[in-house]
Amino acid sequence: MAEAMSQNRKIGFSLARHSTGIIASVLFLAPIVWTVLSTFKPAQEARQPPLPPWPTTGFSIENYQTLNSFGDGLWVSAQNSIYVSVMTVLLSVLVSVLAGYGFSRFRFPFRDFFFVLILSTIMIPFQSILTPIFLVLTKLGLHNTLTGLVCVYVTLQLPFSIFMMRNAFDAVPREIEEAARMDGANNVTMLVKVMLPLVWPGVVTIALFAFLGAWNEFLAALVLMTDQSKFTLPVMMTALQSGRFGAIDWGAVQAGVTVMMVPCLILFLALQRFYIRGLMAGAVK
Amino acid sequence: MTAIAVTSAPARSRTSRRQWVGLLYVLPAVALVTVFFVIPLGMTAWMSLNNWPLMGEHSFVGLDNYFAILRDTRFWNALKFTFYYTVIVTIAIFAVAFPLAIFIEKPRPLTNLYRTAFFMPAVVGFASASLLWSWLLNVDSGLFSPAAYELGLIGKKINLLATFQPAFWSIIAMVVWKVAGFTMIILMTGLQSIPQDLQEAAVIDGAGPFARFRAITLPLMRRTLALALILSVAGSILAFDQFYIILRGGPRNQTLTAVYWIFNQSFVSFKLGYGAALSMVLLAILVALSLIQLWLLRKPEGLD
Repeated sequence: MAEAMSQNRKIGFSLARHSTGIIASVLFLAPIVWTVLSTFKPAQEARQPPLPPWPTTGFSIENYQTLNSFGDGLWVSAQNSIYVSVMTVLLSVLVSVLAGYGFSRFRFPFRDFFFVLILSTIMIPFQSILTPIFLVLTKLGLHNTLTGLVCVYVTLQLPFSIFMMRNAFDAVPREIEEAARMDGANNVTMLVKVMLPLVWPGVVTIALFAFLGAWNEFLAALVLMTDQSKFTLPVMMTALQSGRFGAIDWGAVQAGVTVMMVPCLILFLALQRFYIRGLMAGAVK
Repeated sequence: MTAIAVTSAPARSRTSRRQWVGLLYVLPAVALVTVFFVIPLGMTAWMSLNNWPLMGEHSFVGLDNYFAILRDTRFWNALKFTFYYTVIVTIAIFAVAFPLAIFIEKPRPLTNLYRTAFFMPAVVGFASASLLWSWLLNVDSGLFSPAAYELGLIGKKINLLATFQPAFWSIIAMVVWKVAGFTMIILMTGLQSIPQDLQEAAVIDGAGPFARFRAITLPLMRRTLALALILSVAGSILAFDQFYIILRGGPRNQTLTAVYWIFNQSFVSFKLGYGAALSMVLLAILVALSLIQLWLLRKPEGLD
């Protein structure tokens, strides 16, 4: 009797838990799913409220095709976004791996000063130094160039990624290096052949954060990229949504948002482990 | 010990030269931070003391820009609105994220799936999320107003973005949707770090769930709570994307945030010196916050 009751309670608890989980999941996923489904409506239908979200008058990719007809076209902005994000990933990984290795394994003058200097930039909001960044880029001849934007994005990533990489290198036992040094490895071969495979998870984590950061950044791109041919996706789509190219085509907005969201979602689902790891490292330390 | 003592002088100088190589490794990072952070930071301070138009010569004006700020009621209104938004959105995020963190804390069937679902909006950028919601909130082509109309909840379609209250709460809903999963993960790490036997001992002592939450969970989560709180507060004070993209600062400029106002002064009106002075004020607020954060995150006494 008592056993049956506790069994019932268990089932009841499990039922309550899963219905809560499912309802909450639907609430969080609905806006994303709603948008993605709506993009496949013909343009005419996409102008109507999305009830239901899926296409009712036939499947179409018209909304994606029209994206290219605004200004310089969405494809140009997508290329800009891809270029900026990939370059930010490559450069920030390169710079942070070198710096993380240097801070972890060498004792040189001003080491602690430089480390604190880099980490403390996280306290300063970059929003407050955008104007001078604009002027510095102009001085360097990088005004209104994607390269300039990459430099800014890499710098913004450095406190987090150098902190991550230094910890990753710190966790590698020194004996491994000493053994390799006995075998005659110099600093560079040591870093590339011996150390890099050991800190690989950290590299994936900082690469993921660098990509998401660069791909999604809006304010700096809005301020620093003045020429439409240099717009990244968020800036281009905001121009489109503001009606800069005539009446707002909501079907095109949905399609553009989907193009912006999908890479982030795929990367996160594929590399979730590394993402959570990065968050934990930031949260625990 | 003896090994160090017998190291010969040339060997030691070779070691110290090898240590110097470290400087080369960190040089690119230091150069980037200097050029794109330290120098701009110094320039902000200097520019704030100048009248600095986009074109033409700038001139030193001392503290005039700061005196102008004191009279700039629209900036103070923006700051007031920013703080109001920060308080409300932080409470809303925690009200959603804390129950979710407790929900996903223990490994049970499907927990990972739920966790991933709750977290998905967090990896979408603020700009994408804002564009998405600007569509959902649109009166003619969107979802909320037409759906409520179709369901017969409202007599005629309401433009949610036309007046302050519905517009403001729409933004709150969007930000909670986007950020709650992120805060949830941080709170979850705090929950998971609480030793299980502590909770069990309290159960044996007859403590109810509420008492346990107050006496064990909250105190032991102090550092995690402080971190989540500061991240939320700092992020909200710097809010820009959602107010620019969804509301353009409207209706009637009531949702201009501090960063939005600086953006307008610097890059719409091109008063770069004045914008720099405003930036210095924002910067002081954020640095003060960081100092509070360091104090809150200090290691608890007696523990390390």
